[in-house]
Parts: sequence; C-alpha cells; structure tokens
Amino acid sequence: MNANTCFPSGHEEPRSGRSETQHSRPATLYAKGRVLGFKRAKRNQRPDISLIQIEGVKTAADTDFYLGKRVAFVYRAKREVNGSKIRCIWGRITRTHGGSGAVKARFRNNLPAKSFGASVRVMMYPSRV
Amino acid sequence: MVHKPRNSLLASGVSKYSRSQVIAKRALYKRKPAGTVAAAPAVANKTVEVKGAKNGGKRVIAASKAPRFYAAEDVPTPLKNRKHAGTAKLRSTIVPGTVLILLAGRYRGKRVVFLKQLESGLLLVSGPFKVNGVPLKRVNQAYVIATSTKVDIDASKIDAQLNDAYFARAKAGKKAATEEAFFEGEKKKEPLAENKVALQKSTDKVILEAVNKVEHLRQYLSAKFSLSKGQAPHALKF
Repeated sequence: MNANTCFPSGHEEPRSGRSETQHSRPATLYAKGRVLGFKRAKRNQRPDISLIQIEGVKTAADTDFYLGKRVAFVYRAKREVNGSKIRCIWGRITRTHGGSGAVKARFRNNLPAKSFGASVRVMMYPSRV
Repeated sequence: MVHKPRNSLLASGVSKYSRSQVIAKRALYKRKPAGTVAAAPAVANKTVEVKGAKNGGKRVIAASKAPRFYAAEDVPTPLKNRKHAGTAKLRSTIVPGTVLILLAGRYRGKRVVFLKQLESGLLLVSGPFKVNGVPLKRVNQAYVIATSTKVDIDASKIDAQLNDAYFARAKAGKKAATEEAFFEGEKKKEPLAENKVALQKSTDKVILEAVNKVEHLRQYLSAKFSLSKGQAPHALKF
C-alpha cells in the first residue's frame, strides 16, 4: 500500500503538482541521482569532485535541501568482500553546480570514471528538517 | 567583569601584550587570594632498625617510593585536550510528541513519537512498541525528519529513569567464560530485563492514550514512510 496517500492531508504531500510519468524508478528513503562526470574545465578534470544530477531538482534554489546530505555510489563486483558482492562508496554533497540543479559531491575515495552515467543514492540524512 | 579591554591590536595578528602579560593585568590589588591550600602534612621518612652486624644498624625508608622503571628516552606526552563537544541543539520543529521519521538504522522509514532529548543530545523515542515495533530508543537528530504531526503528550509524564545511563550496554565481563564461549558458537540472546519491559509498557500507555484520541493516527504510526515515484524530498512538506 502506498503509505503516502491514505492519511490526513497536510502530511508529506508533494508541493508541486508532478505527473507520475515524469520520473523513473521508485526509491525508498533516498533520492536518485546520476553521476555526470568529474569537476572539469574544457580540457582538464579534477577527479576528487564529482558532479551529480538529482532527479526532480531543476534549479539551484532547489538544491539547498540536499547540501550536506550523504551520497552512496553502489556497485557490484565479482569478488565477495565481507560476505557481499555489493560495494559502496560514500560521499557527501558539498555545493551547487551551475543554475539547473546539478550538485558537486566529494566521496571518500574518488569515483571511478566507470561511474559516469551511473545511479547514485542521495540519502535524506543528515537531516536539517 | 566588564572593564576596558586588557589587550589591543597593533596590526593584524599582532597584539600589544603577550598572553602572560595580559593575565598579569588582573587587578590583584583589589582581589583577595582564595586562601592558601593547606600543605599536605609532610610524611617523614621512616627510620627502621636492621639486624645483622656490619649492616649499619638503620635504614631510612623514603615516604614516597622511587619509580621502578625509567624510560630510556624521553617520550613526549601529548598536550591535554581541553575541548568538549557541546550537546546538540534541539531543532525548533522537534517538540515532545512530534512524530519523527527515522531515516537510517534498523527501523528506517518508521514513524515514531519523540519523547524528550537526553543529556547526551540524543533523542528519546518510542514506536510505541505495540504499534510499529520500535522500542524505547535513542536516536540522533541528524537521522530524523520531524513531521508537523504532533501527539498530545505531557513531557513531565515521561519516567525520569529514562536517561543515557539506562541505555548503557551491560558489561560482558565474564573473562573466565570466553574460551568456552568461543568454541560454543553463537551467543544466546538474552531476553530484555523485566523492568525495561515494564517501563516500555508504562511509557507507551501514556502515548497510546493520546494517539487513540486522534482519528487515523495509530494507522499513520504503523505505516512506513517511503518516497514513491516522482516524489522529490526537497519538494515535500513534512
């Protein structure tokens, strides 16, 4: 059951009227994002900071909610480590990038270039709400 | 005490007086010393009679023993740390009775009732247990979203026993048993102490009374929070 529609109004209702066909895949307690690439100028790039596009975030003003939030790049590997083939690189969103809702993030270890275009989970914590 | 500043800046980063000079400017002429601390009664060295000829007859035993070990090299000791972390400031949106959404941990997604902030800064929270399986629990403010829903509970009714010490882990100090336990395999999970179960029930009773008065609130608390298709957290109004 969709927990969000059955309850007293005024709780967790999306402020903007958003049609359901606009965004793909449901996520639970995180917002979905994509890795756009590294921070870069035309010919040089700085791999320590990655650019992330968060779903549903279209303007720089909207990104304020996400600053400081932790981000997880989850990926699969062939070799099992600590009982799992799934691995994760954690990071945090540090600042806005540009005017259209992209965001810069710094990870504990730099993201591999293989991750460009891959999904990233933007958690809702540390929460300031 | 408010008075004219004791120090001044000559240029950026350069003060007129050094630290010790500033402290020396304390107007001692108008302050009385706190009273000298009485010196601990000096314990005299003991003189003991020793038997045997050619032994000198007496030994002087020092009041405080010399150390048995001297390090070969001088080891630098780290400076004392005088910083303490302050306790977290409670967000204005979090008030006793607020329904919180847990964002991480075993109970992530659960909606839970806030009871009070503990001395460590952590939030004391309860499901209530009957409603959604979340027991009395401490939670960090950063991992919680405060909703605008509030349960009408009286903060003073929360048992005073519930503090950080209540949640301290029981020390497993059975050193003798470790070897056997190692070979035995998994530790048995001990059932929760009876007084803790009783405290859970009594605290929840107070909460449930208030919850049952509001229509749908019980079902709201038992439902989990989840972002669904097209929902962006920055656009949600909690």
